[in-house]
Amino acid sequence: MSIDLQTVKKIASLSRISVTDAEAEAMVPELNNILGWVEQLGEVDVTGVEPMTAVIPNHQRLRQDVVTDGNVRDKVLANAPQAEHGFFAVPKVIE
Amino acid sequence: MTNLTDLTVAEIRDGFRTGDFSAREVASAFNANVAAARALNAFIVETPDKALEAADAADKAKAAGETLGALAGVPIGMKDLFCTEGTQTTAASHMLEGFVPTYESTVSGKLWAAGAGMLGKLNLDQFAMGSSNETSYYGNVISPWRRNDGGNAALAPGGSSGGSSSAIAARLCPAATGTDTGGSIRQPAAFTGISGIKPTYGRCSRWGIVAFASSLDQAGPMARTVRDNAILLETMAGFDPKDSTSLDLAVPQWEAGLSSDLRGKTVGIPKEYRPGGLNAEISAMWDRGIAWLKDAGAEVVEVSLPHTKYALPTYYIIAPAEASSNLARYDGVRYGQRDLPDGAGLQDMYAATRAAGFGPEVKRRIMIGTYVLSAGFYDAYYTQAQKVRALIARDFDQAFEKCDLLLTPTAPSAAFALGQKQDDPLAMYLNDVFTVPASLAGLPAMAVPGGLDGQGLPIGLQIIGKALDEQTVLNAGLAIEERAGFTARADKWW
Repeated sequence: MSIDLQTVKKIASLSRISVTDAEAEAMVPELNNILGWVEQLGEVDVTGVEPMTAVIPNHQRLRQDVVTDGNVRDKVLANAPQAEHGFFAVPKVIE
Repeated sequence: MTNLTDLTVAEIRDGFRTGDFSAREVASAFNANVAAARALNAFIVETPDKALEAADAADKAKAAGETLGALAGVPIGMKDLFCTEGTQTTAASHMLEGFVPTYESTVSGKLWAAGAGMLGKLNLDQFAMGSSNETSYYGNVISPWRRNDGGNAALAPGGSSGGSSSAIAARLCPAATGTDTGGSIRQPAAFTGISGIKPTYGRCSRWGIVAFASSLDQAGPMARTVRDNAILLETMAGFDPKDSTSLDLAVPQWEAGLSSDLRGKTVGIPKEYRPGGLNAEISAMWDRGIAWLKDAGAEVVEVSLPHTKYALPTYYIIAPAEASSNLARYDGVRYGQRDLPDGAGLQDMYAATRAAGFGPEVKRRIMIGTYVLSAGFYDAYYTQAQKVRALIARDFDQAFEKCDLLLTPTAPSAAFALGQKQDDPLAMYLNDVFTVPASLAGLPAMAVPGGLDGQGLPIGLQIIGKALDEQTVLNAGLAIEERAGFTARADKWW
C-alpha cells in the first residue's frame, strides 16, 4: 500500500516533527520507496512462528527493592534548556 | 627510535611496562597526530589534556611500583555515542550539541578504570544512523584512503563508526570504541583496512550509550590487529546490573586464548551470500579467505541461510521502530536543544525542537518507525518483522549444527566516494547486506582486512560465530590476519 501526502503529515505529527508542505511532499516518494521495499516481508510464511522477543536467552532479574540512587537534582537539571526553582521549565500548558 | 603512533595496543602496553617509552610520550605523539589531521574530520571534540592526564597517572603508578591496569599507558579514541562525564556527547547531532553528561557510560568507564586515556570524541553518523558518515551534523568524516587512479576523490570511511575507522587507519589512535547496530563496526573497519568485532548481544553494557535500536545496539572495539581487539574487548565486556539485557557471565580471557590453529573447526560458507551480481573482487577475496582458513586447518562446508534476503527489510522495520521509540526522549525539555517559536505551546515546542534538532536521515527513520508501529499497521509490519527475525535466527542455529563459524564478505564493495549514494537511502541501506543478519541474531561477528582491490582500496572478510563464542571468531580472524599479511596503509595527504 502506498502513502499519500496527508499520511506523511499525519506521521510527522505523530512523530512530533514539524514539516513544511514542501518537505512533506518530498518525503512521499522517499517513504513509499522504503515501505514498498520492506513489504516483501509479507511473502514469508510465518505460520506457527512466535515473534522474537530476545536474541540471546536472558532472565529478567529482580533486585532488592531499595533506593540506590538519588539526591542528584542539580545533575539532572544541569543540561536542561530551561530550569527554574529546581524544576524543568516548559511553556504554559493550561490555556 | 620507533614511531610511537605506528605501534599496536599490545606493543604500547608492553613497551610502556618494560620502560621503552613513557605513557606521556605515547599520548603526546598521538595528540600531535590528532591535531595535524583535522582534514579528516574524525574527531568532534579533541581531548589532549585527558590523554595526558591518564598518561601521567600511568607513569606515576609505574614509578611507584603500583599494579598497572590492563590498558595503562594506552590512549584511545571514544566514539561520540558514549556518554563521557564532563565532555560533550552529541551522537553527531545538533539535538545534543552542548550536552555535557554528568555521568560516564559503563563501557567508557571500564576503559578509563583500566588505565586507558581519551584522545577525543570521534565523529559518527548522526545517532549512528548511516553507512558512510555523511549524516553527521559536524560534517563528513573522510577516509585516509584514496583510489590509486591519481584522483583525489574523498572516500567514505564507512559508518556509523566512521570517525573511529578513519582515525585508526590514519594512526590518530591505536584503537577506538565503536558501536554496531547493523554493521556499524564491521563495515567501516572493512572500508579502512582495520579490524573490529561486534560481540554477542549483551556482552557489553549499553548503559550510557546513546540509544538507537536497543535490541540490536552493541558496543565493540576497533583496532589494527585481532590481538588488540581481544585486549580491548576483555576490558569493555562484563555484566552490568544497569543494563537489563546485560549477560551475567564471566568475561573470557580472549587474548590468552588466541590461537590461529583451526584444526577441528568447521567453517560454513553460506550460499545465499553469493548472489549473482556479487562484485568479482569481493568474490575472489572470499575465495582467498576460504583457502586461508583451510590452510589453518579448518574444514569448509557449504551451508544455507534461506531467509538471508529478508534480513535487510526486517532490519529496516525493527531498527526504525525502536529508534522512533528511543528518540522520543528528545523533547527540548530535559536536555539538548530547544526551539521555542514565539507564542508556541508545548506541542509546538516539541515539533519545532525535533524539526530543528534532527537531520534528514534521523527524521526519515523516526517517521518510518512511527508508521510501522501505528494502529492498524503494527501487525503487518512490526510483528511480521519480529517473526521473520526469529526465522533468520533459526537459520543460523541450523547452520551452526554443521559448522563452528561462518565466513562471508563484510561489505559488497570497497569504500565508495562521499556523495555517491547520499541521494538514494535504499542504495545506502543495501551496503549492510552482509552485516545485518548477524545483528538480527545477536551473534558475534568480526571484520578483518584481507587485501587491496584493483583501485588500491582495502577489502575485508567477515567471520560470524555462535553466540558467546567470540574466541573462535577471534581465532579465525587471527588465522586470516597471519595469512593475509595486510600491512598496506594510506599515503599521508592530510
